[in-house]
Amino acid sequence: MDYINIFIRSIFIDNMVFAYFFGMCSYLAVSKTVNTSLGLGLAVTFVLSITVPVNYLLNDYVLSEGALVWLDNLLGVQEPLFAEYDLSFLSFIMFIAVIASMVQLVEMVVEKFAPTLYTQLGIFLPLIAVNCAILGGSLFMQEREYANLGEATVFGVGSGIGWLLAIVGIAAIREKIQYSDVPAPLRGLGITFIVTGLMGVAFMSFMGIQL
Amino acid sequence: MKALRNLLDNIKPHVQKGAKFEKFHSTFDALETLFFVPNTTSKNGVHVRDAVDLKRTMALVVKALIPALLFGIWNTGYQHFLAMGVDASFWAEVGHGALKVLPIVIVSYGVGLGVEFMFAQMRGHEVQEGFLVSGMLIPLVLPVDIPLWMVAVATVFSVVIGKEVFGGTGMNIWNPALVARAFLFFAYPSKMSGDQVWISGLTKGEGVVDGFSGATPLGEAASNMAPSHSIIESFIGMIPGSIGETSTLAILIGAAILIYTGIGSWKIMVSVFAGGYVMGLLFNLWGANALMQVDALHHICLGGFAFGAVFMATDPVSATRTERGKWIYGFLIGFLAIMVRVFNPAYPEGVMLAILLMNTFAPLIDHYVVQGNIKRRLKRAKVAA
Repeated sequence: MDYINIFIRSIFIDNMVFAYFFGMCSYLAVSKTVNTSLGLGLAVTFVLSITVPVNYLLNDYVLSEGALVWLDNLLGVQEPLFAEYDLSFLSFIMFIAVIASMVQLVEMVVEKFAPTLYTQLGIFLPLIAVNCAILGGSLFMQEREYANLGEATVFGVGSGIGWLLAIVGIAAIREKIQYSDVPAPLRGLGITFIVTGLMGVAFMSFMGIQL
Repeated sequence: MKALRNLLDNIKPHVQKGAKFEKFHSTFDALETLFFVPNTTSKNGVHVRDAVDLKRTMALVVKALIPALLFGIWNTGYQHFLAMGVDASFWAEVGHGALKVLPIVIVSYGVGLGVEFMFAQMRGHEVQEGFLVSGMLIPLVLPVDIPLWMVAVATVFSVVIGKEVFGGTGMNIWNPALVARAFLFFAYPSKMSGDQVWISGLTKGEGVVDGFSGATPLGEAASNMAPSHSIIESFIGMIPGSIGETSTLAILIGAAILIYTGIGSWKIMVSVFAGGYVMGLLFNLWGANALMQVDALHHICLGGFAFGAVFMATDPVSATRTERGKWIYGFLIGFLAIMVRVFNPAYPEGVMLAILLMNTFAPLIDHYVVQGNIKRRLKRAKVAA
């Protein structure tokens, strides 16, 4: 039940885009057609579902206070030596390193197996590395202190799917309003911001749901 | 009629292009086509040949809303005198209701059409008729005690942000009336939810019968109180609630008009009710709290469910356009509406938000239905070739 709860929460209630406005740059830039945005959404989902658990392990065994106690045990030291360290000030840089290497991997895979998608996504594929939704996922994981690896994984997958849903939804809307007579000053990004805001209102229906 | 025609013919030369009042051309045009069916035809673009133009379509929907409006007026008075513990005659009830409801309708129409005319003048296009329906829907989904200035603010918001920024009638993604309601709901929650707002005069608290609760049936269920209204009462609509949403009976009359004239999609209506009913049955089996135990049939008579299904979800602009998409869209609305109701104690009114959410995803549903069709036909073509 806990897993389902976290999963639903991360997709709908704590949606990365509509609850926290994370990952806006690629959300706004790549959402012109449904197919491209689906590709980017899948890439983000994949990266999130790998990096969050990896960073969870990193956080648990290296970064947080007292995490290095296993090193003491390994070396057979009597009084706490490594266990005293609190390396959490390193978490930003460590998380980013993990994310960047994961994105490299995704980039290679996409280039090899889906070259059309690779050219469509262009610069935004490597830029997933600095997508705030991804780093945000890892930082939320750290802040919310999930109980075990499973919960962290479910959270990562869920947030990715939430982001995917958001970008595919807005891409379909943008495809539709291409034919609308939008006032000239609002064409392009202006109307997209308004659409995003109204989508956020629609998503507010899930706020406060208790599972 | 003749005199009116003559008057319009007299004004007409003054508002043509190049004349003194050419700025008011669209205003004049709107009024002229309201009174007389235009005798000109389109000269370019796609022509749809139909005796019913947009203005008359909208007028038909407004007519379909009249039973709900009349019942709402009576129910406002009925609930008011019930709360005061006064035995009032039928006409006293109607009179009180009319005094409360009509100002909201007038403000909504006045403000909305004002904004609409302004946009038409500035952008130089014709005044569009979509607001005729929105202007009637907005008052019907509001609680009766709402301050009139809030109605005005919400109407401006819905017309400008909900519709005009997308290019006006027929271009919007979300139902404007629902945008207005959602705006009020999140901006002024104390006036839009709770026990006090649904019956006129209750917020002031004078002369109310001791122990009288103005909670809607859904509010009662959410706080685990015993229901004080039977299923028949809620079907006919003698329950507290927004002005036009209480009477499932009056709404069904409207639904019959919409379906008979072919304006509302019966597929969406049927699938919304089916989705709500199925979800209600599922929750009955689960039965973990009072809202889950509400009988499935009772569920779809309560709150704005019927109103949303008949008048909101079927809005041809913001709903899905494909036939198969309509089934999916409607079913998901019913499904989500009951789910939000049950799981979200803060919003016992799930219907509005469910419809807004599905409006968001309607283009996506359409996209995949169309892609599916293309794929199937390609396959068929390949087999044939």
